Amino acid sequence: MAAAEEGVDLREEMADALKKSRALLCYECGKCTGICPVARFDRSFSPRSLLVKAVRGEDAALVDDVNVWSCLTCKLCDARCPAAIDYGLLTKTVRAFVHHEGGEGTCTHGGAVQALMRIMTTKELEQDRLSWVDDSIDVSKTGDTIYFVGCAPYFDVVFSETGAKTLDSAKGAIRLLNAAGVKPMLLPNERCCGHDLLWNGDVENFRMLARENLRMIEESGASRVVVSCPEGYATMKVDYPRVFGDLGFEVVHLTELLAEAIDGGSLTFAGNGETTVTFQDPCRLGRHMGIYDAPRAILSAMPGVTLVDMPHSRERAICCGVGGWMNCTSFSKMIQAARLREAKATGASTLVTACPKCEIHLKCALNDQTLKDEVQLEIADLWALAASRLG
Amino acid sequence: MPKKAERETERPPDAASPGKKARRKSVLWREIPEPKGAHAARVEEGGDGGFEPRIVAFACNWCSYPAADAAGISKLQYPPNARIIRVMCAGRIHPGFVLRALELGADGVLVSGCHFEDCHYLFGARRAAEQFEKTAEIVRMLGIGPERVRYEQISAAEAPKFAKVMHEFVEDVKKLGPSPLAGATGELEVPEAVSEETT
Ligand code: SF4
Ligand code: SF4
Ligand code: FES
Repeated sequence: MAAAEEGVDLREEMADALKKSRALLCYECGKCTGICPVARFDRSFSPRSLLVKAVRGEDAALVDDVNVWSCLTCKLCDARCPAAIDYGLLTKTVRAFVHHEGGEGTCTHGGAVQALMRIMTTKELEQDRLSWVDDSIDVSKTGDTIYFVGCAPYFDVVFSETGAKTLDSAKGAIRLLNAAGVKPMLLPNERCCGHDLLWNGDVENFRMLARENLRMIEESGASRVVVSCPEGYATMKVDYPRVFGDLGFEVVHLTELLAEAIDGGSLTFAGNGETTVTFQDPCRLGRHMGIYDAPRAILSAMPGVTLVDMPHSRERAICCGVGGWMNCTSFSKMIQAARLREAKATGASTLVTACPKCEIHLKCALNDQTLKDEVQLEIADLWALAASRLG
Repeated sequence: MPKKAERETERPPDAASPGKKARRKSVLWREIPEPKGAHAARVEEGGDGGFEPRIVAFACNWCSYPAADAAGISKLQYPPNARIIRVMCAGRIHPGFVLRALELGADGVLVSGCHFEDCHYLFGARRAAEQFEKTAEIVRMLGIGPERVRYEQISAAEAPKFAKVMHEFVEDVKKLGPSPLAGATGELEVPEAVSEETT
């Protein structure tokens, strides 16, 4: 972990973020707290009070406030705020400031994930992360398209006890790409995209990861990077250009590419039994990046699959309960239980997720046997599901 | 104070249109210098022959720690490279602990607990083995050499085994050379001894 840089004062950044996020225009209506999924269960949490602390410049209070880390950064409050305040930007900056001042959130998994990510900043690292690639998928050594695998190989190990199979998701994604006529390259030494460190306030290590990734992509000569993880997508598409300017390649989300292929008739699915599903909009894909229709187009293209949306879907979707491996508490479990009950109430038998973390978190909630018996829901990853129904 | 035009920019950050040049490089978002290549420095400093690995050993209070004690009492010789961290049960050793030790510059990490049937907390030793399996797989994927981490079961009566494991492990890690992570992201600080004044 890099120590706080000397002479760097983030107070100016804070002032800037307060302006850009329009936080000064808050009229204290309290709607953000009213809609916040965390505040719904955790009475001590209020996004508005955090905003007020930031506006008043109560730096010391911010650094000590555990609630700085409680926000899921789901941007539900942004969508609701009548003053159009950008909590996403504000939270990101407040956390960078607090991190710089020595404050730290509590990492849920003993810091394993964050340590792993910081380890990946090492320049000399030569990973062996592609041993799962087998004959079922077609990858290429050259070409113009990279599939950015993300942390799936590591998550598959770290979160094995939740039953989440993030590698099946990555494999499914590549099989779908193959079916759409794309033979992607994989980066053998790909790093974490840095999303979590960025949202944990560790901007410096985020930048190191980003730079390694950009260096490798540039060396590969690819002109297009396809990402299936919504967090990786949002980070590469929004945060990388913010630090490094023009990237020189296009960042595409797999849903968009596949929806286009389905439209053009080059990708079709076969029937494989009738099933009713409902869809969990990932915060990064939905509210952060505005992609709602493409995943639905993919689900609707599968014969036999009926999609029923939950009342809280699209712009109003509720987060899977944890953000950046930082804030898994009993409140997260309550958020997840409520979400799973909502999914069940649609009559669906399967809840489809499109983000490895949604899969991990919601499957983890089902470790609660009582809840599992009550909702009797399958949780399926969009890519794994779609790949199993390829024509 | 920024100019009015600047102040009136629309909400840039998360909804910013991608691909465009970054508007301005602020302190937070500016380029950072290349990392210093701490690895290279350490290889040089150690030289080929002189490399002494830094080992972190997590040892269970009920078995391996007393075994280390007994090894000392029986004057068994073993290399002094390990800093032993006593834990109440090896089942406590989550992958995060091992990764953190590696991140901070350990060249090797040993997790040593009870034999399954001896664990003071019944299932802890099994938990330790499960956790270690994950740790080992992560370390394998990181490509820094799977031999950098080792799991052992050493009971309180097995002082000679403790000494033997230490010998082997230090030799294995020596062959691998300094960890590429060592000092890259932080510095492992181990106090030589805790003096009276500081306690
Ligand atoms: S919803 Fe918007 S205006 Fe209302 S209190 Fe929250 S931040 Fe302020
Ligand atoms: S981003 Fe989500 S979790 Fe964070 S304050 Fe807003 S609504 Fe609550
Ligand atoms: S008490 Fe020794 S491993 Fe559990």
